[in-house]
Amino acid sequence: MKTRDLSELAVRNLREAVLRNSLTTLGVAVGVASLVAMLSLGVGLQTLASQRLTRSGLFDAVFVTSQRNFRGPRQPPSPDSAPKRESRALDDDARQQFSKLSNVTEVYPQIRFVTDVRYAGKSESTSVLGLPDSSRSSGAFDGMKGAFFSSPTANEAILQIDFAKVLSDQPPSLIGKELTLRYAERAALSKAADNDEALLDTMMGSGKAGGISIVPRERNVRIVGITESDPSAGIGGFGGARVYLPLKTAEQLHVAQPDDLQAFLSGNSAKPSYMAMTVRVRSPKDVPQVEESIKQMGFATFSLLDATKSLRLVFTVFDLFLGLFGSLALTVASLGIINTLVMAILERRREIGILKALGATDRDVRSLFFAEAGAMGLFGGFFGVALGWLIGSALTWGTTIYLHRQNLPGVKISYIPWWLALGAIAFAIIVSLVAGLYPAARAARLNPVDALRYE
Amino acid sequence: MPAAPTLIQAESVFREYRLGETVIRAVDDVSLTVEKGEFLALLGSSGSGKSTLLSMMAGLDRPTSGAIRVRERNLAALEPDELARYRRETVGMVFQSFNLLPRMTLEENVELPLRLAEVDRRDRESRVAEALERVRLGPRRRHRPSELSGGEQQRGALARALVNRPAILFADEPTGNLDSLNGEQILLLLREFQDSLGMTIIMVTHERPLAEKFANRIALLSDGRLVSDGVRR
Repeated sequence: MKTRDLSELAVRNLREAVLRNSLTTLGVAVGVASLVAMLSLGVGLQTLASQRLTRSGLFDAVFVTSQRNFRGPRQPPSPDSAPKRESRALDDDARQQFSKLSNVTEVYPQIRFVTDVRYAGKSESTSVLGLPDSSRSSGAFDGMKGAFFSSPTANEAILQIDFAKVLSDQPPSLIGKELTLRYAERAALSKAADNDEALLDTMMGSGKAGGISIVPRERNVRIVGITESDPSAGIGGFGGARVYLPLKTAEQLHVAQPDDLQAFLSGNSAKPSYMAMTVRVRSPKDVPQVEESIKQMGFATFSLLDATKSLRLVFTVFDLFLGLFGSLALTVASLGIINTLVMAILERRREIGILKALGATDRDVRSLFFAEAGAMGLFGGFFGVALGWLIGSALTWGTTIYLHRQNLPGVKISYIPWWLALGAIAFAIIVSLVAGLYPAARAARLNPVDALRYE
Repeated sequence: MPAAPTLIQAESVFREYRLGETVIRAVDDVSLTVEKGEFLALLGSSGSGKSTLLSMMAGLDRPTSGAIRVRERNLAALEPDELARYRRETVGMVFQSFNLLPRMTLEENVELPLRLAEVDRRDRESRVAEALERVRLGPRRRHRPSELSGGEQQRGALARALVNRPAILFADEPTGNLDSLNGEQILLLLREFQDSLGMTIIMVTHERPLAEKFANRIALLSDGRLVSDGVRR
């Protein structure tokens, strides 16, 4: 029999016992819905975590330090290790070189310094961190009171809530106010001072010229925001900063850095160097290549790529478990299909006999029952995906309401990608066909004479 | 006049059924030939084995032993799919209880053998219409079996048996559920098919008068054995 004729007959048969077949199809739909809802939760949570982590910039970044700074915990080099390259200063030349590497989107130094903050007669020491403009979309400032910096060079500051509470009992009232930062500026020596230093060097026998001076400075900045999270946390941030400035503004302050003393002693004090730099790449998959290139240049690097692999593994196992639980309902539904089709064989025994008397082969009869099982799987799959989507949406809705009550932004915890929808429908059809195997084989085996005798 | 070629040849056919320890011999060493274009009535009382013999000749059942040859091919030796093909292409069947599918309209019932034979959709409509016209049920083609009288249902079953243009038409007690008037109408139609289409007709009946009136030849069965094979008319 041709496929179209077979399909028409199957649909007609399903319509005949509409209540029973609808209930069986509903059973499949509930099974698929539970599977889809479970997996959509897994996928949703994974997507949410991935998005948050991607936006945090931890996984598409390589953190670079000078090997001078990070020699490691004094372990002797292994005998077969490659000979050490000459360690280089992490300065603006290095920054330029990193920027030219392929797939690098942004390079910025870590500008962090201790400052004395003065506000309304109070004086508090704290740590300041320069933030690149890309931090705006990192997610760390979601739900922040006030606004992000108006421009990359603005004389503006964002305060961490704990520090804001130190300055005022009403932290939001600080927004728009000015505070004063006192810091140590690293300044090149004047010509005269340079000569004096040359003299000093000669006297000390080093024979090297050059030097720096540390000068106390003040800068007034306007408070534009107060954040509850700590955007300086994590690799490359090391946490603990309480005042945030636009990175370019922080750079313009020429604040003395811990490396300056070492640079001065090694005679490289002419150019400022940095403790660490962050090299941001196009996507996490570009991290290894960029990391290797930077190592080749003689710098120490660190990335969290391995951590993402572990995270993916955890979510895969999580999804597997959710899928297994979801499949249980579908397994129960498949028993419903077997029951419905076996009942149909009993009821339609005579019809099978007539079909065989008219020339239907065993394969025709088997295919007809298969088509009916497959159709129940198809319809059940479609309804199941829709139902699963509704359940997932309800969960997202409920979670969002709960989070809003906790003054937290809503999140989409359930997500059904196209592959999950299509996969669930295909799975429902396959389960239904497997469930239809026994009834179909039994129907095909019927002796036409016995079947025609059946009343 | 030259003799018509043999179409069906049953050779020492046995059909036994096992019921626990008991063996029931429904057909007991029957040998029979049917010529092309013949109208053969298999006559006998209930349990005489006539329907069993008809089922075997129609390819619905297989003999326990012996051979049934149709156009030189032994049905007993055919594979299930070949036997199904024989039923689909060579045979048309009519039953006592009409056996129309109740959820289909008359024309859908008549179309069913064409679907199974994978006849092109464009040809089906005309062939269904032609078959229904032959049994004078054209105007009732959209009715379901429950909306038809017994006589009409049997005529519909005849149209379904006819639509594949089979060489042999088997009728198992076609008048058993009909009154005498409708019964005669059905047998008249069978005769008409025999005459106009050259169809071979083998009918099982227990009504001797009808058999004598319409069949060319009567074979009498009793307790599974062929007790007489009547003269051709």
